[in-house]
Amino acid sequence: MRHLDELESLSIYIFREAFNRIDRLAMLWSLGKDSNVMVWLARKAFFGHVPFPVMHIDTGRKFAEMYAFRERYAREWGLTLLLGECPPVEEIDETLPPAARSAARKTAGLKAMIEKHDLQGVFAGIRRDEQATRAKERYFSPRGQGGAWQFKDQPPEFWDQFNTDFAPGTHLRIHPLLHWTELDIWRYTQRERIPTVPLYFAKDGKRYRSLGDRDITFAIVSEARTIEAVIAELEATLTPERAGRAMDHEAEDAFERLRADGYM
Amino acid sequence: MQPTERAVLRLVVVGHVDHGKSTLIGRLFHDLQLLPEGKLEAIRAMCERRGMPFEWAFLMDALQAERDQGITIDTAQTWLRAKDRDYVVIDAPGHREFLKNMVTGAASAEAALLLIDAQEGVRDQTRRHGYLLKLLGIEQVLVLVNKLDAIGYRHERVAAIEAEFRGYAASIGLPLAGFLPISAREGDNIASRSAQTLWYEGPTLVEALAKLRPMARAVDLPLRLPIQDVYKFDERRIFAGRIESGILRVGDTLVFSPSNKSARVASIEAWACDVPPVEGRAGQSVGLTFAEPIFVERGEVASHEAEPPVETDVFRARLFWLGRNPLRRGGRYKLKLNHQAVPVSVQAIERVIDTTDLSDQASEQVERNAVAEVVLRADSMLALDPHGRLTRTGRFVLVDGYDIAGGGIISMQGYADQRHLMVRRATNLTRVEHEVSLAARELRNGHRGGVLWLTGLSASGKSTLAVAVERRLFNLSYHAYVLDGDNIRGGLCADLGFSPEERAENIRRVGEVAALMSRAGTLVLTAFISPYRSDRDRARKAAGERFHEVYVKADLATCEARDPKGLYKRARAGQIRDFTGVSAPYEPPERPELTIDTGSLTIEQSVQRIVDHVQRHFAEGAAFAGG
Repeated sequence: MRHLDELESLSIYIFREAFNRIDRLAMLWSLGKDSNVMVWLARKAFFGHVPFPVMHIDTGRKFAEMYAFRERYAREWGLTLLLGECPPVEEIDETLPPAARSAARKTAGLKAMIEKHDLQGVFAGIRRDEQATRAKERYFSPRGQGGAWQFKDQPPEFWDQFNTDFAPGTHLRIHPLLHWTELDIWRYTQRERIPTVPLYFAKDGKRYRSLGDRDITFAIVSEARTIEAVIAELEATLTPERAGRAMDHEAEDAFERLRADGYM
Repeated sequence: MQPTERAVLRLVVVGHVDHGKSTLIGRLFHDLQLLPEGKLEAIRAMCERRGMPFEWAFLMDALQAERDQGITIDTAQTWLRAKDRDYVVIDAPGHREFLKNMVTGAASAEAALLLIDAQEGVRDQTRRHGYLLKLLGIEQVLVLVNKLDAIGYRHERVAAIEAEFRGYAASIGLPLAGFLPISAREGDNIASRSAQTLWYEGPTLVEALAKLRPMARAVDLPLRLPIQDVYKFDERRIFAGRIESGILRVGDTLVFSPSNKSARVASIEAWACDVPPVEGRAGQSVGLTFAEPIFVERGEVASHEAEPPVETDVFRARLFWLGRNPLRRGGRYKLKLNHQAVPVSVQAIERVIDTTDLSDQASEQVERNAVAEVVLRADSMLALDPHGRLTRTGRFVLVDGYDIAGGGIISMQGYADQRHLMVRRATNLTRVEHEVSLAARELRNGHRGGVLWLTGLSASGKSTLAVAVERRLFNLSYHAYVLDGDNIRGGLCADLGFSPEERAENIRRVGEVAALMSRAGTLVLTAFISPYRSDRDRARKAAGERFHEVYVKADLATCEARDPKGLYKRARAGQIRDFTGVSAPYEPPERPELTIDTGSLTIEQSVQRIVDHVQRHFAEGAAFAGG
């Protein structure tokens, strides 16, 4: 089998396993390149259907292009869209550095949605190659009371047997893209012709490599106006993907603290 | 334009704690000039903040606790771009405490790098990791003797370590792809040849990596498609699953195990696919529709009719235990095997293996991080394969409480495939009703019909007691008849040998005959070793409530001392294979209706107890409930 087919097959397997074992699922849809691939893979797994709601945790600070994308493809793809609001930054842990504190609004918004809809499983499109603590994740990652990640004592996971049993009052994060890289995502997006937000492609010598909130995400210098050019650029670069995400770089442990508390 | 796809190999780095795993990964990134921008400076800053010398391990050890304690807690993965292909590099913790995380990392790898510190040599975790690599099915292992700078690059030291570890690897059957002397810290023999090891003529690590082969998908092996789910989103009823081995095509007839239903593949469904596929291959997640309406649930395994999986409710396994609480004999767990999820009990712990010296011992439990050979009994029939035949349908995990607590690989040695015992080949059967009722027969006989099923080791006294009881019952005007092993094998079962499957068939026939005779009103006494619980349970099912199991109990030493036919002696000399109690298992009854301890009772006492039992349960007017 070819590499992208292998990746696709495992992701489909994970979707189907979660759908069979877990009641009350929802999928996070951040409108970024990864979560669009994730929606696409779900449709492949379920033969054109997405048999659970798709959830956008809206900080209210996304780019206009992202909102336009959401309206169009929620309709075209036949998605059941749930919108979650985030509390104002003043309500968030003030010991966090500023950008991380801003990002933590999303954690609070997600937790509220999990509670409101009594969700047992949430699909999140994180990848191991994005960030070093995500590199230590499981496909089926149990979360304790309050959504906390017990990262120092994760259960074993092997032979594609996942932890689908969990205590009442806790839930699972399910990561169908964990084994994909940024380049895999773009090559697959190209192969499958998956729509993407135009901000990823260069305009006036700049493009976004990773999309988050307007105020804490920065464009990179780039001439890559097409998907082919983006792939060529990434094949040559040594700059990490999330270099433009302020929250990752404020303190050594900023991201770990965010994730331990339930960030994606 | 079609995207260019690069090949990817999944590589795990294992070994004893502090033998240099994380340093090696850092060094590889550095020498291949693949460190992300700013990473080197970031690591330097982290080290300065902690007042320690530069530490490559911080590249992978992302958790604060890992950096503060200088130890890898959980497995992590990173991507490495070499000239001809990419590598997923999986860092596995070396500390014994975190073996579950090592297994999590290593289980998905296609090849392993096993590091040995040249100063410390082969240590506990070196061996344990080697043993687990073998259990996990990793077929290519490169051994790296690291920290050569610390031993002055001495050849003799490396040669001694190599000899010691090669001996260990050979004794557990672990295939080694090479033995390289390196220094991860100094960069010797990593990307370029070292001037310090002129005595070494083999490849550098980068060259050796390029020679590792990707794992081949099992397309040439028998088809196995475990059913993951059945969907009815629209007018199609789609059976979904991943093909674990083999190839299937539209038009193929598939048989499902263990239900033994079959159906013909009408289509392979796919979304966003211009031409519908006509073939599915190992590794693909597919969806099928069938030409006939068929009711099959998650867990069943589809195969071709010619090469189906084994059906059994009992099997042997070699397992590693990662649970917080020990695995106990008699303990109940949830078995997950592909998509089958069934309660099992631990029938026997045959030996607990010490991975350091490969010695073994009997034990009532298996502690965390230990390896053992066990016999597991499931509450219902399973479809599986011996691991030696098909890897992916020959392994399982056990769940204790909420967590996966262990994994194992399956052996059917000494146990029968129960498939042919289950299948009823004829389908157009109509039962004929008798005009004489069982009650009428029993009224005329003056007693009830039934089966007294004597089970026990060879020389425990089954035949002796059966014929003596038959005589006594005859004198008491019972219609009693003995079915004995050697007599039956002369006729009804003359076509059967002594393999586990043939033994099972032998017992199946005896069970059916005994059941028929009991319905004719006869009290049947059977005298067969019948060592397997599954077989006796099947005989019980055939005869229903008239079946009474009589455990003729005598320990192995007693039976061996009696040995009237000289069979034990021959078995011990290796002249009889699969001899119960010596080289094949005996599974004692769990709740027999009667136990006769011939080790402590005389023959006359034993006969009397059985006759009393018959009078109590089978005489006219006796209470019928077994007990």
